[in-house]
Formats: sequence, C-alpha cells, structure tokens
Amino acid sequence: MKKLINAVDRVVIEQLEGMALAHPELRVNISPHYIVRADAPVRGKVALISGGGSGHEPMHGGFVGQGMLDGACPGEVFTSPTPNQMYECAKAVNGGAGVLFIVKNYTGDVLNFETAAEMVGAEGIPVQTSLIDDDVAVKDSLYTAGRRGVGLTVLAEKIVGAAAETGYTLEQCADLCRRVNQSGRSMGMALTSCTVPAAGRPTFTLAEDEIELGIGIHGEPGAERSPMKPVDEIVEIMASRILEDASYTRTAREWDHGESIWMEKTLVNEPFAAGDRVIAFVNSMGGTPVSELYAVYRKLAMVCRDKGISIVRNLIGPYITSLEMQGFSITLLKTDDEILRLWDAPVKTPGLRWRA
Amino acid sequence: MTVTKIQIVRWLEASAQVMAANQAHLTQLDSEIGDADHGINMNRGFGSVLNQLPALTDKDIGTIMKQTGMALISSVGGASGPLYGTFFMRMGAVVDAKEELSSQDLHDMFQSGTAGIVQRGRARIGDKTMVDAWNPAVEALKRAIDDGQDTTSALRLAVAAAQKGMQDTIPLQAKKGRASYLGARSIGHQDPGATSSYLLLKALLDTVEQG
Repeated sequence: MKKLINAVDRVVIEQLEGMALAHPELRVNISPHYIVRADAPVRGKVALISGGGSGHEPMHGGFVGQGMLDGACPGEVFTSPTPNQMYECAKAVNGGAGVLFIVKNYTGDVLNFETAAEMVGAEGIPVQTSLIDDDVAVKDSLYTAGRRGVGLTVLAEKIVGAAAETGYTLEQCADLCRRVNQSGRSMGMALTSCTVPAAGRPTFTLAEDEIELGIGIHGEPGAERSPMKPVDEIVEIMASRILEDASYTRTAREWDHGESIWMEKTLVNEPFAAGDRVIAFVNSMGGTPVSELYAVYRKLAMVCRDKGISIVRNLIGPYITSLEMQGFSITLLKTDDEILRLWDAPVKTPGLRWRA
Repeated sequence: MTVTKIQIVRWLEASAQVMAANQAHLTQLDSEIGDADHGINMNRGFGSVLNQLPALTDKDIGTIMKQTGMALISSVGGASGPLYGTFFMRMGAVVDAKEELSSQDLHDMFQSGTAGIVQRGRARIGDKTMVDAWNPAVEALKRAIDDGQDTTSALRLAVAAAQKGMQDTIPLQAKKGRASYLGARSIGHQDPGATSSYLLLKALLDTVEQG
C-alpha cells in the first residue's frame, strides 16, 4: 500500500490538522472531531450539519462555509461518526433557529445521527433530520438496508445551505431537503477498488477487463460485476437506469422536535419525464481524471437530449469520493425555479465556491 | 456457581485482546461483504473500553456494562457502535446493582441485550446479522438452565450455539446493513457482526473456565 500518510492511526487527525492550517475560515475541533464555520454560530440562521466517514473528501468538511454546511462531523475512514461528534457540533453551530442534520442512508450514519438527534433535542435545541437515499443500484428497501445516499448529498447540501443562508426556517429547510431527495437519482461504477489505510490492501479486486456497476462510496463491491466496455456503453447503461427508474416509495424516520419522537415519513420519487430540467452531476470517485469525466459528460448529454431531458446546470469533478478509487457516478436532479435559484446562490467553501 | 464482578471485568479485558487479535480476520470478512472496517472499529472500541476499566472495578456490574456501552457508542462508529453500545447498555439496565450473576441472570442479560439490538437495528432472525449469533446463544442458555446445567456448562452450550449461528450466516442473503446492497452476492460469506459476537461470548466462556 502506497499512501501519503504517516501512521495509520493518525490519518484522520493529521488530515484535519492540515485542513485547519489551510483554511482559517474554518474551525477544526479534534476532540471530538468536527469542523465548523469560523463565524459560527450564525445568529438567527438554521444551522446545517452533515457528516459521515472520512475518505469522501471534499465531502463533508470541504463543504463547510457560507452558503452550504455550518458543520461537518468526520468519522474514521469509511466509518460513521459517533453521536457525541454531532452533539458537540450542534451546540457549536446552533444560532437559535435550530439544526438540520442531513443524513446519508447507511445503517451506521442513520443510527448515529438518530442517537445524536435525541441528545440534541434533549438539550432543548430544535433539531430535524433529513435522509438522502438517491442510489438506484439498490433495487428496493424491503429486503435491504434501502437505497444508499450518494451524489445527491452534495447537491442537497448546496441547495439547502443556500436556503438556510437566505433565511428559510427549520421546517422549510427540512421540507426543501425532502423535496430535493425525492427529485434526484444517482448511480456509480468503478474501474478499481480502493485501499482503506487500516486494512492495508484493496477492499476487493477487479481484473484488468472487469468493472463494478452500482457501487456505493465506501469501496465495497457493487450490484454487479461486468466486462470492461467503452465509456459510451457504460454511461448509456447507467444513465438509462437513472432515467428509467420507476416510481419509488419508501418510509424514512424523521425526528419531530415538537413531539420529541420519531415519525415515519413516506417518500416518493416519481420517474423522470421528457421536458424535465435537470442539474447533471458527473463525479469522480477520486482516482479518475477530470478528462475522463468530460468523456462521460459528453455521452450523458447525448442520452439526456435523446430522452428530452434538458440539462440546465452541471457539476463535474471529484466531490464525493472513495479515496483513490477509479470510477465515476452520475446524479440527475430535477429542478424548478426555486431549486435553480438556490443552486446559483453564492457559496464559499473549500470544496465549492462561486459568486463569493 | 456465579459469574463474579471480577470475572466480568476480566471478560472485558479479554475481549479487548480478542478484538485486537482478530482485527485482520474481521477485516477480511468485512472486505468480502462490506467496507473493510469492522476489525479496526471493534479493536478501537474495545481499546476504549479497556482504558476506562480501571476506574470501574469498584462499581457494580450494571454500571460497568452501561459505561462499556457508552464507550463503544462513542468510539466504534458505523452501525456496530450503536448496536453493540445498545447491547451493553441494555445488559447493564437488566443487571443493575448486582455484584455477581447466576445463569438466569446471564440469560436475562443477553436476552435483553439482543432485544436491544433488534429494536435499534430492526433485524430479524435470518437477515445475516449479529442477531443470528446472539439469538441461538440465548436460546441455548435457556435450555441449559431448564435442564439444570451449571453456569460453565450452560455457557459452553451457548458458545457452541453462537458458533453454529455464526457459521450458519454463510449461506444467507443479507437483508440488513452494507452487505444487503450486494444482494445474492452476499451469499457464501460469513457475517462479520455475527463473528465478533461469537468472539465476545467465547471470551466470556474462556474467562469463566479460567476461574
């Protein structure tokens, strides 16, 4: 294993220390791990927190700043953060208008954020949780842990972050996040696995002529292994799976801070349809060069055009990664005027910056 | 024969050693159907438990278990943290201020802990999770107690049942956790959570057999 690290057990700490030195506009807390805007708490503004395992940079720590996240909680590599991280972070960023946790749908993230929400609520801080579960590679939620939260997470953090910045209430932010979650779908693929520092070798092996379709973001095997193909064919398969995904219904637990209990909320994704305007997000899993992402985007644009889907904005680059994995993911988010306005709003974070 | 508080403390110390010794094995299992972090997470978690044990040796067993649960929740991460954390906290709640445990206490403790995992994680028997090791163990304990077996014999039967339960996860298709994303590809692989569960219970038996 060749990695730019010192000792395996210092990986996350040293990366956080590096971030702190590089970005004085962030405040990095080591014990427990969390990153917040240096100007937190921002009085009167809903505070947005997300988190997850390390290894997906720039997500989430790189998205802390004006117009996006107020706080991010990094766990060990590919390991969900623990409740005390979110609890301390929430106290650090609460500006009196409450806290919204954006939670990717993985058992670990859900369980730890749920415990944290209960702790934050017990403190008297209004808190709500919002789930992201956009991955179409997982078929259903009846016999699985449900669809994973992948690329749409980045778009949600930007859009809801802008909403919070412009004064949306906690309820409005949660409603918006739920709407975004029900409007987007993603799928990923890998040419290689990746090596978790503590494991010392790749999580799985792909032969020279194999690819893995329907991956998540933690270096684990995906839905199916397939022979290597030209990028146009790969994009065709993935874009079709996204665009032809049928109506998807499931329930999610959301924290009701009024009643201090968990509520089962029904979520529905309607299929994409000709005439839809979308944000197209082509994401590198970390090891794939930007040049190859443009080849992906070229074919994606053709497929969308042929299906009457209009791409009105795009994001291309490494934003939600799996260490050095070679591969990419596609996210399509159906937009409307409100979502577009919030997408275009100023954002100033290490990982994403425009109009600021 | 009862399990004393000193033995419970020794069990937790032994568990830390067992998790350290099995880190690579658990990592290997978790690479096949997961993201390769179960070994390091359990090792880190029980390392954290080990660190706080000296301060707990004069407390009752319930407190020791609850503190262990909280240490695991705040250091393991992933799904295992909250699940094992809840497991130990429920055990602590059932045991309360006791300073020693009868076989019946052990049964009630593990049964409550397992119920906690089921409630938190919403797994059913056969979903290919840690429940598939704990559930058979609890049932074996009950049968042994009803049969009038002594504590050590009862634990031996429980460990054997947990081991079988762990191995029986191999042909199952995962319905919970990260392994569930693999669908049918999860078949043929032993569940890492059931494995660490078996290892934990075995560590208790080994401690008790050492007297």
